Amino acid sequence: MFNDPPVSSHLLEFLDQNGERGREMLLPALLYTQKIHDFIPPASASAIGAALNVPLADIFGVIEFYSMLASQPRAETSIRICTTPSCASQGSGELVLQTCQHLGVDIGEATRDGQYIVEEVECLGLCDHAPGVLVGDEMVGEATLEKIFNPEDHPRSQIYGDPLYLMARSGEIDPLSTAQFQEKGGFEGLKKVLRLPPKELIDMVTNSGLTGRGGAGFPTGLKWKSCAEVDRFPKYLVCNEDESEPGTFKDRALIEGDPFTIIEGMIIAAYAVGAGKGYLYIRGEYTHSHQVISQALEIAGQEGFLGKDILGSGFDFEIELRSGAGAYICGEETALFESIEGKRGFPRVKPPFPTTHGLFNQPTVINNVETLANVALICKIGPEEYKKLGSEDSAGPRLFSISGDINLPGIYEISQPITLKDLIYEKAGGVRHGKEIRAVLLGGAAGKFVAPDQLDVLLTTQGTREVGLSLGSGAVVVFDEDVDMKFVLHGLGHFFAHESCGKCYPCQLGTQRQAEILDRNLRGQALPGDIERLEDVIATMTDSSLCGLGQTAGSAIGSAIKICPEYFGIEEVSHG
Amino acid sequence: MNEMAKTVRSTCPYCGVGCQVDLIIKENHITRVEAPFDVAPNYGRLCTKGRYGMDYVSHPSRLTYPMIRKDLGAKPRKPVDISGFRRASWDEALDLAAEKLAGIARENGGDALGTFCSAKATNEDNYLFQKFIRGVFGTNNVDHCSRLCHAASVAGLQITLGSSAMSNSIAEMKDLEVLLVTGSNTSETHPVISTFMREAVVKNGAKLIVADPRQIEMTQFADYYLQHKAGTDVVLFQALAHVIVKEGLVDQDFLDNRVEGLDEYLPSLESYTPEYAEAICGVPAEQIRQAARLYGSAGAAAIYWGMGISQSVHGTDNAISLANLALLTGNIGRPGTGLNPLRGQNNVQGCSDSGGLPNVYPGYQLVSDPELRQKFEKYWGVELNPEPGLTTMEMVDAAEKGVIQGYYVMGENPMMSEPDLLHARHVMEELDFVLYQDIFMNETGEYADVILPAVSFAEKEGTFTNSDRRVQLIREAILPPGEARADWDIIQDLALRVEVELGKEGSVGFKFENPAQIWDEMAELTPPFQGITHERVEREDGVHWPCPKPDNPGTPYLFTESFPRGKGKLTPLEYRPSAELPDKEYPYILSTGRVLYHWHGGTMTRRSKLDDIYPEALVEIHPEDALNIKVASDDWVKLRSRRGEIEVKVLVTERSPQGLVFLPFHFAEAAANILTLDARDPQAKIPDYKVCAVAVEKR
Amino acid sequence: MAKDKTIQLTIDGKECRVPEGTTLLEAARSLDINIPVICLHEATTSEGLCRQCVVEVEGWGRLAPSCITPVEEGQVVLTESERVIRTRRTILEMLNASVDLSQSDVLQAQMERYEVDPNRFPGAKKREREILDDNPFYIRDYSQCILCWRCVQACADDMQYTYALAIGGRGHDSHITTFFDVPVPESTCVFCGNCVGVCPTNALQGKTEYLLEKGLQHNEIRARRRQERQDKRRSS
Repeated sequence: MFNDPPVSSHLLEFLDQNGERGREMLLPALLYTQKIHDFIPPASASAIGAALNVPLADIFGVIEFYSMLASQPRAETSIRICTTPSCASQGSGELVLQTCQHLGVDIGEATRDGQYIVEEVECLGLCDHAPGVLVGDEMVGEATLEKIFNPEDHPRSQIYGDPLYLMARSGEIDPLSTAQFQEKGGFEGLKKVLRLPPKELIDMVTNSGLTGRGGAGFPTGLKWKSCAEVDRFPKYLVCNEDESEPGTFKDRALIEGDPFTIIEGMIIAAYAVGAGKGYLYIRGEYTHSHQVISQALEIAGQEGFLGKDILGSGFDFEIELRSGAGAYICGEETALFESIEGKRGFPRVKPPFPTTHGLFNQPTVINNVETLANVALICKIGPEEYKKLGSEDSAGPRLFSISGDINLPGIYEISQPITLKDLIYEKAGGVRHGKEIRAVLLGGAAGKFVAPDQLDVLLTTQGTREVGLSLGSGAVVVFDEDVDMKFVLHGLGHFFAHESCGKCYPCQLGTQRQAEILDRNLRGQALPGDIERLEDVIATMTDSSLCGLGQTAGSAIGSAIKICPEYFGIEEVSHG
Repeated sequence: MNEMAKTVRSTCPYCGVGCQVDLIIKENHITRVEAPFDVAPNYGRLCTKGRYGMDYVSHPSRLTYPMIRKDLGAKPRKPVDISGFRRASWDEALDLAAEKLAGIARENGGDALGTFCSAKATNEDNYLFQKFIRGVFGTNNVDHCSRLCHAASVAGLQITLGSSAMSNSIAEMKDLEVLLVTGSNTSETHPVISTFMREAVVKNGAKLIVADPRQIEMTQFADYYLQHKAGTDVVLFQALAHVIVKEGLVDQDFLDNRVEGLDEYLPSLESYTPEYAEAICGVPAEQIRQAARLYGSAGAAAIYWGMGISQSVHGTDNAISLANLALLTGNIGRPGTGLNPLRGQNNVQGCSDSGGLPNVYPGYQLVSDPELRQKFEKYWGVELNPEPGLTTMEMVDAAEKGVIQGYYVMGENPMMSEPDLLHARHVMEELDFVLYQDIFMNETGEYADVILPAVSFAEKEGTFTNSDRRVQLIREAILPPGEARADWDIIQDLALRVEVELGKEGSVGFKFENPAQIWDEMAELTPPFQGITHERVEREDGVHWPCPKPDNPGTPYLFTESFPRGKGKLTPLEYRPSAELPDKEYPYILSTGRVLYHWHGGTMTRRSKLDDIYPEALVEIHPEDALNIKVASDDWVKLRSRRGEIEVKVLVTERSPQGLVFLPFHFAEAAANILTLDARDPQAKIPDYKVCAVAVEKR
Repeated sequence: MAKDKTIQLTIDGKECRVPEGTTLLEAARSLDINIPVICLHEATTSEGLCRQCVVEVEGWGRLAPSCITPVEEGQVVLTESERVIRTRRTILEMLNASVDLSQSDVLQAQMERYEVDPNRFPGAKKREREILDDNPFYIRDYSQCILCWRCVQACADDMQYTYALAIGGRGHDSHITTFFDVPVPESTCVFCGNCVGVCPTNALQGKTEYLLEKGLQHNEIRARRRQERQDKRRSS
């Protein structure tokens, strides 16, 4: 076969140490191989298959699924430039052309010396430092051609909020110091609840009204209760750090600024439901976060916060860190399980639900990073104090990631209900250069556009629901009057087409059809009937897709058709 | 020409799984094969032979008219290809055959004839064949290829249980708890069955033990792979039994009520410690213990085996050693258990069932039993020979001595499948008359005097009985080529003419109009078949015998209450080494067998597109051995034994253990049986195809 | 769960009572209501891929895939509501835009039933691939592949346990392939044809039938095979 270097002795050692665990080590093995060769050679894939007892065809299917794994040689360093709307609207498209020209290559073509390759990727979580680029393992914010080849310090997000609860320690302490963490109230919650029977803990979290912060907004206490009630072991506690929703970067900031909070939240959650093993799944592109949390986990273990008999409570819990490999869909809980299990990230049909049949088909609770930070907070200050924050239907403080044409992009911790208008103008400094707002994308690509005259929406669960919107992951992307909306729409269409897993027909086909229509719309070649086509496609995806990706793939576009139909070809909108 | 396709349900003509197929026919060709998803035993699954290997049926070299050897009477007879024969009419050919066969019988008695019926032909074909040979010639010299296949399994099971068929059903396989597979490269010889075994392991948590000298595909699914040295099976299984007894894993209840011979048996196990076994067979003692514990403590465990067990000079002992395990642990007589020899041919079970054996009538009724013989005498209207006849290899011996002077061979290819081929061919040369009946010319047909063209499975009606005793239908789907006729039709015509020659007109009864009538007669005489008719088989898509009454549902698994001999018999065994082991001159063990894409002598598959994917013989050699011989894959080697030599291409693979080379026997141009040794199991008379000594040299 | 527990529900205005665990599709069938399916097959695991079988359940926000949704007491189900028809028609139109469905009777029938506009999506990216003819037994024309997964499933844990096939790519560009796209004879494939047996289109087709349909006679097919075999010998 073409390029097939011999199997590295390092890989063989890795397989020797981990082979017994079988297929669940597939993604780690492939990522390890990718690092050695910059792709997965067939011989290495065969060796992995033999060691882990995974069919060869399956291994190839897994390589092909994940954007960060390659079955053909790429280059030593990938220059991954984000082209999702937040960054696209800040000129990432031009940056792509510039970089390619500078290197003398096309997109996706390696330089002759095999050093560099330029790739267009989706959201890297650098929205507040747009345009964002991942150069090898280095994240580059406010990227220019110069900075790509001379990366500076890792970009940090500005954190706003007064007072701060979730983000209180971020940027104020050495993230890897448990001493400083505890000085500022860390592990207080954990110490309290380890003395409680798990049932009481669950009641407490239920009582607090906490809902999931990943985008689905499910009541956390209820989720824990369902899992705790199942009499089957082992159980698992999974932290979902696959944050890939365009416009969202709050989880990254949490992990990088205050990793022990997440660990604390995980231990508490595991204790509540009876899970002895936890997995922390972090997206592959978050290389810096990976380093930080990896070290934090080791330190926590050394200092007795993880492992056997935590803080003398008799509770054993350990956490394994896992990396994604470039797939937005792996943020969907069941797809995440599939990924850990060493398969293509296809979402599963629900029911059954993760609380009864989750990771390895065992009872599992999976929580978002921010949710777990809230859990630690609740256990520290108690549900009554917690309920004073947020609103009745949206308890607790909430993190909003704000980016786009805004004066003060960053993370906003909001602990009192606020309208979108006030968030933008009162808190975030208003629109850059004093421009008018064209539209705000609320909730990420899976969210909806908010028209300038709808900015009074209250940013709570209830408040948004009342006007047909949703908070989602808390992403707020502001587009000013000069934005090329057709370009933004095209970018959203491209995003979903690129990230669709391809399992169910409505999404596999629908995201492609949607992208095609938005594509020709961008080129000024819209056809008569395109709006009807879009509406049929969107309705089909929304009504019939297997998972949340497909079900929301058309929602932003659908909202745009309603509020700014002038951006769609030459047709009048068919009905409001 | 847009003729509408028609679909005809039938049974695959290749192996003993007996897959149900739907033949899609267009313009008298089988253009596609499908499998119904809701019918046993295969439920929509097929292997490459069943799916794509039916095209042999339409090959241009099909025999389409009778032929007579041009140099008739010349001695010794030389093998000639088709150009050595001339076309004849059916009358001329049948009359000549009748004259010759009757002549030999008249001069030297019926026992001067040797006959081979066919494990590929239908039950009806075979019943009529043995009725002809027994009833008209008065000899029991009827045998078929199971002699070279599972004869030892049959002998072993007869001794221990009094029965000889697979005790449990294919339908139970996917739900097994524990299974031991030995001497069977199941994924290549019974592919669809192997998918059910794999299903049991992958989907239903079954535990698999594989015992095989070669690292076959099934080992990839095994919890324990016992790689024992070829020919050391008795030691291995006695050692398993030893552990089971010593660690108290026997089923005492079962032993008390259903088994005898324990007192003689137990002492024979004493010396077979796992350590002793390790020294002889090479399997680590600890592994033996673990495997024994797994089998011994299972709620239900089943044993499956193939040619690795049976085709051995101690094949009967091998089979007995497996039966001992099942009897010790009570793993027989319930679903998910059993002693299951996987029958090779599509109708080897049926051919045996229909009396195609020298010592029994249909249904395994002994020819030497006066009462049973009288039943047949009365029905057929003729006196029958009470002496059991000769087995295949004994017929070869008798032919060599001139005691047998004529052969009638139906649907078999002994000139590819008998061991020590150079010798076997020499024996053929001296015969006075050879009658050959087949769908193609093959290596045996080259020795014929008269060739009668038969029809393929797709061109006639009848029944096959698969490995788990399921009687299933084949149906006429296409018209036969030329003047080819159904085997039963030919036999009937021939029998009537022989009767005339011998002056015994109308003595027996050959007035059948269709195969259903033939079945009905056989069923009347055979209690386990009495509940089965063609009509019922059609209605129910197959029936498991024993089925003694019309309202009996058939019997998927046997021996729930008792064994045919009453109690199961534990039998002491002695390990004896193989007949010819490697030495300085011939340093490698040669093991012969099959590959997925071909069938036995190759008569069918070498004329199918299956040949395109595996067009030539390959000898499988371990990488270390290949290094020593200084060859790589695709190089040529010379294989030499004391019997002969061949040249063949190499495939280097770790499937072969060091010191053993494996050669499939499908390829006439590199015929494996030129090398093999005619050493036989004393009880079953089956040759050992798995162990003889060869030299391997770079060509 | 009591083995003989039954559930009562209403489908298209008709009442039915079925055992617990029955799917909505099966329940509908028991009333002689034939919900169209694409990916469903009796011998392969239902993954609810095609969503063609969706039905509207009163009170449910989204449409339910009836092939994998178990019945619940008191459900009120519509199998041909406007929403349902819109989904089915659109799925067929989108599929037809990407895939050559001309040789699939089942899909042609469905397209007729739902009055599909075969050219609904101009400028659509077609999943066109060259026909793969790399073995003596079957051809692979993935331009006709509707990604129903049945072949992969049949080769894996649903029938054969040989695991020669996988899904490559992602999203719309998913395609069925082997380890590193090698020709089938270099994969673990054993040519059992179980995949061909479950393929709902002619994406997988026996080579004999394929050549006959192209107009070759049997002797021409034989000659061609001989030639292929010689070519293979020469090149190896």
